[in-house]
Amino acid sequence: MLSRVADSLYWMSRYFERAAHCARVLQATHNLMLDPAKITADERWLRALAFIGFPRIHEELDPEMAIIRLAMDPANRSSIVACITGARDNASQVREEISSEMWEHLNRLYHDVTQPVWKLPEGEDAASFRSSDEAEAMRRAGEVREGTYKFHGITDLTMNHDEGWHFIQLGKATEHACSVSILLDAYFSTKKPATDLDWLCLLTSCGAFEAFCRAYTADLKPANIAELLLLHPEFPFSVRNSADQMYAASRALTANFSAPGTHTIERVMGRLRSSVSFVEVEEVTGGDPHQYLNDIIEQCTKLHAAVNDIYIEYPIEAVFEI
Amino acid sequence: MATPAEPVPMRPSPFDGYELDVAYDEMFRSKDKPRGAYKHLYTQLLSMEPEELRRSKQQADLSFFNQGITFTVYGRKEGTERIFPHDLLPRIITSAEWKTIERGLTQRITALNLFLRDVYHERKILRDGVIPGEIIYTCKQFRRQMRGVKVPRDVYVSISGSDLIRLPNGQFVVLEDNLRVPSGVSYMLTGRKVMKQIFPMLYRKSGVQPIEHYSQVLLSTLRSLATETRSTPTVVLLSPGVYNSAYFEHAYLARQMGIELVEGRDLVVHDNIVFMRTIAGLQRVDVIYRRVDDDFLDPLAFRPDSSLGAAGLFNAYRAGNVVLSNALGTGVADDKAIYAYVPKIIKYYLGEEPILNNVETLLMTDDKERAHVLANMDKYVVKAVGESGGYGMLIGPHSSLQQQQDFRERIEADPRNYIAQPTLALSTAPCFVGDHVEPRHVDLRPYILFGEKCTIVPGGLTRVALRKGSLVVNSSQGGGSKDTWVLQN
Repeated sequence: MLSRVADSLYWMSRYFERAAHCARVLQATHNLMLDPAKITADERWLRALAFIGFPRIHEELDPEMAIIRLAMDPANRSSIVACITGARDNASQVREEISSEMWEHLNRLYHDVTQPVWKLPEGEDAASFRSSDEAEAMRRAGEVREGTYKFHGITDLTMNHDEGWHFIQLGKATEHACSVSILLDAYFSTKKPATDLDWLCLLTSCGAFEAFCRAYTADLKPANIAELLLLHPEFPFSVRNSADQMYAASRALTANFSAPGTHTIERVMGRLRSSVSFVEVEEVTGGDPHQYLNDIIEQCTKLHAAVNDIYIEYPIEAVFEI
Repeated sequence: MATPAEPVPMRPSPFDGYELDVAYDEMFRSKDKPRGAYKHLYTQLLSMEPEELRRSKQQADLSFFNQGITFTVYGRKEGTERIFPHDLLPRIITSAEWKTIERGLTQRITALNLFLRDVYHERKILRDGVIPGEIIYTCKQFRRQMRGVKVPRDVYVSISGSDLIRLPNGQFVVLEDNLRVPSGVSYMLTGRKVMKQIFPMLYRKSGVQPIEHYSQVLLSTLRSLATETRSTPTVVLLSPGVYNSAYFEHAYLARQMGIELVEGRDLVVHDNIVFMRTIAGLQRVDVIYRRVDDDFLDPLAFRPDSSLGAAGLFNAYRAGNVVLSNALGTGVADDKAIYAYVPKIIKYYLGEEPILNNVETLLMTDDKERAHVLANMDKYVVKAVGESGGYGMLIGPHSSLQQQQDFRERIEADPRNYIAQPTLALSTAPCFVGDHVEPRHVDLRPYILFGEKCTIVPGGLTRVALRKGSLVVNSSQGGGSKDTWVLQN
């Protein structure tokens, strides 16, 4: 497989996962915002915006504007629209590698959530944002959330589980582990005590509410929430499961394509997996959650860099021993 | 007791207002008298409600859109991606007509390959005075670098598509040959798939010859060019990348053949061997189906500012370590001035009369012919010899005085660069417009594969000038396509 192709598959998958996560966060936060609460609306939206890496803004934030920023603003590189566009751009460069069913599904989803193009209203125009727009933004978010689940189903069923597929799995799992860690950090490192509604919002943002109730009943203990999202072996969206998927994918690559430097991948993976497999949740919540979560993100970044150096952007000189 | 029969209200026929003129009509012999091959289609259309037709059209468009079967229009910023306009109604060709086309094109491509070999080696045809040497050496597509280069199997053009038109007398003639990097074959293949979904019964009843094996034949043609005894040669498709107007086609063909789609930046040439950069390290490449023009293939041999090819590629090619298909320099044989000599070329190399004729072509380098054309600009189509895609062209009868004057000056400044042809009435075929059927001008581009043997999948791309009365069928100029059905008998 061409290095460029592997890179595009990986990024297609990462962007897709980011879009899905952003859609879940938007839907959950939006739902939360409809109820009155003690902490200000700004606080909650900013938390959501901070998660997607939006620079902190001090001016007052309209909920409507926040919705557009999260969902529809192409200038915000983490918005749903930007991510879906990024996924499609990458897919379009490797159309011969993915199955036609995958491409068609992605293409249809892209047109569905980007047309008509949304312009960010400015100044007085902001008032022109109507309730039908709000409903439409939420509809699009829902399409993306569902569309990504379908995409992974189609991918698993129509594509050979070869190296290309492993790059897709690697992208998905890496992105997921990072996003969940960043979001958890926003909740666990905040000074203000979060209310039950906020915890509920966190769980829904991770598609985890029903899974939580099954595992722990509806008693929203922060430690249980952290355990489910980080360490739970059976919850499919837990960071632990993402780490296992990253391990399986990178293992498939290093086993089949030996290259100098693969030991870096093994070392990083070992460290990441042990930090989510051999730890008690009290060590996380009782210690320094911020540092713990940051370490996970750092290991993900290291894995990304190692894969890139070994398989994608390796120096030609080394191959020819010039 | 019998009651007088109620008069049944007549549904207006979708063919009301279908006007025939001097052009040959593919469907109708005369008003409301369809030709034999079109009988099934005619009955089917009469039995369909306009609403049904419209729905079918929408369904077809949506299918193209969702599959992302689009092309890029250059020179616009946003919304550059458009679906290729596709007409709902098939163009039908009888098997007898097809046999003539097939024989004619096989003859033509065989002769043109012999011609290319000769031009780049012994140049017998020039020495025998059949073609003036000057016309070859002034051709912009002539590649001096190819002189004496041994080409595998002596096949210069292995993948081509010639444009045919049908004259008012019903005869097919060749309007031009595309021997460099012709495109459109993916529209032929995907269009067929959609038509089968939309008109399954009509398709079955008609007995249409299949075209789906094109990709397999393409791959075996490419493999047959591999010179070395490497048991399974690595074949790749070289594309300029995602911003090229035909990118969809490149990706489509690569996937259908199961080969890698590479870009220049994926290739590395070392010691005259071409490699591609894979996750398992560098892998050797044996055959390149290149969809990049000659000029851009190798910055060391051709345009130094090109980043679409790979540095050193041409040397590897000359050393015989990699096969390029088509070979370089084939444009010398589809130059529109050299086109005028193709009947002579066929006679010279094969000793046969051409089965498919040329369109009468006036060379602007000939003083008499030029004077005649300059005095009658409104009657001729003037074309730049090296252009394609409908660019650089004047259609006399549809042009303004200003445009004519403009071309007159251009011809006088550079006569070698222009030819003129009489304005021809391209045949018309029924097209679905709005809620009824109207005639539109069409041509036909069959796709020819030439390796160990010559294969032309039955049919090709019928291109339609969608604007009423227009004679320009190029996709970049408002043209569309139609599925082409060649019947079994």
